[in-house]
Amino acid sequence: MSHDKSSPSFLQHHFHDVNQQYETAKLGMWAFILTEVLTFGGLFCAYTIYRSWYPDMFVGANLLLDVNKGLLNTVVLITSSLTMALAIWAIQKKNKKLSLLMLIATFLFALAFLVIKYLEYSHKFEVGQLPGEYYSYMGPEVAHINNPHIFFSIYFIMTGLHGLHVAIGMGLIAWLIYSTAKGNLHSKYYTPMEMIGIFWHLVDLIWIYLFPLFYLI
Amino acid sequence: MTEKKQNYLTYPKGIMSWLLTLDHKRIGIMYLVGGIIFFFIGGLVALGMRLELAAPGNDFMSNDAYNNMMTLHGAIMIFLFIIPAIPGALGNILLPLMLGAKDVAFPRLNLFSFYLYTLGAIFAIYTILSGGVDTGWTFYTPYSTQSTSNVIPMTIGVFIIGFSSILTGLNFIATVHKMRIPGLTWYKLPLFVWALYGTSLVQITATPVIAITMVLLMLERFLGIGIFDPALGGDPVLYQHFFWFYSHPAVYIMILPAFGIISEIIPVHSRKKIWGYKFIAYSTLSIAFIGFLVWGHHMFTAGQSVLSQIVFSFITYFVGIPTGVKIFSWILTMYKGQVSFTPPMLYALSFLFLFTIGGLTGIFLGAVALDIHLHDTYFVVAHFHYVMQGGTIVAFLGGLHHWWPKSFGKMYNHTIANICALGVFLGFNGTFFPQFLLGLRGMPRRYATYDEQFVELHSYSSFWSGILGLSIFFAILNLVWSLRKNNKLNPGTNPWGAMTLEWTHTSSPPHPHNFEEDPILEHGPYDYDKVIVKPTFKK
Repeated sequence: MSHDKSSPSFLQHHFHDVNQQYETAKLGMWAFILTEVLTFGGLFCAYTIYRSWYPDMFVGANLLLDVNKGLLNTVVLITSSLTMALAIWAIQKKNKKLSLLMLIATFLFALAFLVIKYLEYSHKFEVGQLPGEYYSYMGPEVAHINNPHIFFSIYFIMTGLHGLHVAIGMGLIAWLIYSTAKGNLHSKYYTPMEMIGIFWHLVDLIWIYLFPLFYLI
Repeated sequence: MTEKKQNYLTYPKGIMSWLLTLDHKRIGIMYLVGGIIFFFIGGLVALGMRLELAAPGNDFMSNDAYNNMMTLHGAIMIFLFIIPAIPGALGNILLPLMLGAKDVAFPRLNLFSFYLYTLGAIFAIYTILSGGVDTGWTFYTPYSTQSTSNVIPMTIGVFIIGFSSILTGLNFIATVHKMRIPGLTWYKLPLFVWALYGTSLVQITATPVIAITMVLLMLERFLGIGIFDPALGGDPVLYQHFFWFYSHPAVYIMILPAFGIISEIIPVHSRKKIWGYKFIAYSTLSIAFIGFLVWGHHMFTAGQSVLSQIVFSFITYFVGIPTGVKIFSWILTMYKGQVSFTPPMLYALSFLFLFTIGGLTGIFLGAVALDIHLHDTYFVVAHFHYVMQGGTIVAFLGGLHHWWPKSFGKMYNHTIANICALGVFLGFNGTFFPQFLLGLRGMPRRYATYDEQFVELHSYSSFWSGILGLSIFFAILNLVWSLRKNNKLNPGTNPWGAMTLEWTHTSSPPHPHNFEEDPILEHGPYDYDKVIVKPTFKK
C-alpha cells in the first residue's frame, strides 16, 4: 500500500501521485482564503454600517490619519507581493539563490510595514486617538463631530487584525527561507512557497482595501 | 502476512500512538469519546433544570443558578457536542472509507482540529468550574458586555472551537474533491458524503463570522469599543445580526449530517435503492445556500423594519421545500422495500416522525404574526429540541448503532437497543410535546419558576425527561458493553448487507491503512435492484 522507491520523498503516503497532492493543497488553500475573506468581511460590514450611520464623523475622523505613512505602507506591501511572486518564479527556474534573495526581500518589506505601522500607532497612543472608552483626543478637528471613538475602534480592529496577518506571514516567510536554504524546496516541489504566496497576496489585497477606506475617503 | 490481522484499534499500540495519531479513524474515535462526555454533562445539566421545573417556585436552584445551568446546557450541547460530534466523529471515521481513500486530505490538520476542540473544551470546563456564565448561549449584548459572570473564557472557548470547525470543514471539502478513487463520480457518492460536503461548505463560510463576532464581543468587554454598546454610540441589534448570520447556518451544520445518516440507514435497512438520489443530493446544497438568507427570522421582535421581516419570513418558507423533498424521498425509499426493524432503523423512523414535527413547527415560527406571539416561549424551546434532539441526536444515535459494528467489529444486544430506541422516542415526545402547549399558553422560556397554571404540563415534561435520560444512558451503555472481551455476537464485515465501500471493501474494524488493496468500484452505493449483498449478521 505504501509508495514504491521510485516515488519522490515529498509525496505523502495517502496520495496516489504528486499531482493529486499539489491539487489538494491548492484547493485547501483557496478554501482557507475564503474563510479569511469572510472573517474580514464581518469587519467590512461593520465599517459600512457605521459609516452609513455616522457619515460626517467618518469624514472628520479620517483626517486624523497619516496619509503619507499609509501610502508608504501601500507601496511597501505591493512591492513585497512582487518580490514574493518573483521568489516563486525563480524557484521554478531552478534559481535557488535569486529565490532566497527575493524571500528575504519580502521578509524585510513585511518588517518595514510593521515598523511604519508601529510609528503610526504609537503617535495615536500618545495623543489619545484610541478605540472606544480609551479615546481621549479633543483636538479642534474633532470639535464638531460625535463618537469619533467608533471610527478608531474599527480602525484599530481592522488594521490590527491585518497587522497580525502580516506578522504571521513573516513567520511563514522565515520558514520558507529556512526550507529553501536547506534544499527542501526546489523546482520539483515548491508547493508550500506557492501556498504561502497566495496567503501573502491576500494580506496585500486586504490592505489595498483598507488604505482607501480609512485614509482616503 | 501478520499485517492482515491488524486493525486500526490495536495497531500501533500505546497511548502516544493514539494522542499523536494521524489516522482519521482514531481521530474520529477521540472526537466520539469527547463528544459523548460533553453529551452527558449537557444532559445532566438539562435533567437538573427539569428537576427544578418539576414544581413551581425555587425548589433547589436560585434564579442565578438556573441562568448558569441553562447557558451551560445550550453552549455545551451546541458548541461541544452537536456541531463537532457528527462531522468530527462519524464524518472522520467514514468519509475516507466511503471515498476509498487512505486518509483525509490533510491528516496533520485533522489532528490539529481535534486539539483545538480539546483546547476549546478546556476553556468551557474552566467556565463551568469557575462559576459559569449566565447570558444564555447566544451571548446577546448589551447584557453580555455587562454581566459579571465568566463570559470571556466561554467566548474564547467558542472562538477556538470555531477554528476547529473551520479546519475540519476545509479538510473535508478538499477530501471530497480530490481523494475519491477513480470512477467514484459525484453521483456515485454515498449521500452521507454529500451531506458532509454541504455541512463543510457552511462551516467554512459561516464560522469565520462568529469568530470575528466573538472577538468584537471580547473587545467590547476589554476596551469598550462601542460597536455593540448603545451607551457608546453602538448598536446591540448589530450583534444579533452578526450572531445569527452564523448561528442560523450553524443549525444546518447540525442537521445536514443527520440527513446524511438517515439517507444511509433507510436504504440499507429497507433493502431498496434510495428514491430520488439527485433530489436528496441537491436539496442538501440548496438547504446550505438558503440557510444563509434567513437569519433575520430569529429577530422578528428585535426591531427590524416591516419589509425585512416580510422578506426574511418569505425566504424562511423556502427552506421547507428542499427539506420536504428529503422527507418524501426517504418515505418513498421504504415503500415496497423489505423494512427490517433493526435498532438503526428504529432511530431513523423516530427521526422521520420527530423531525417532521420540528420542521412543521418551524413554519409556524417563520410566520411573523405568529412568531410575535410565540417568541421566547416554550414553543420555541420545543421546536428546536424537536429539530436538534429529535432530529440530530436521534440520527446520531441511529448512525452510532449503524456503524458501531464497522468501527469496533462488535455487535451490541439488539433487544436492549430496540427498547432504548423506543424509550428515547416516547421519552422525547413526553418531554417536549407538552412544551408546545406550554408555549402556546404563554409560558416564557429561561425562567426557574412559573405560575401555578403551568404545573401540570411542566411536571409531565419533567417526568418524561427522566425516561428520556435513562433511555439514552442505557442505549450508550449497551453499545459500550458490546466492547467486552467475551462478547459472542460476531457482526462479520458487513452485518446489514450495505453497498458502500466502507462495508464492502474492508474488514470490520478496518485495516490501519483502510484498505488492504486499492478498492475498485463495482456498483453504486444503493444498487439493491442490481446486485445482491448478503448481510453477514443474523439475529
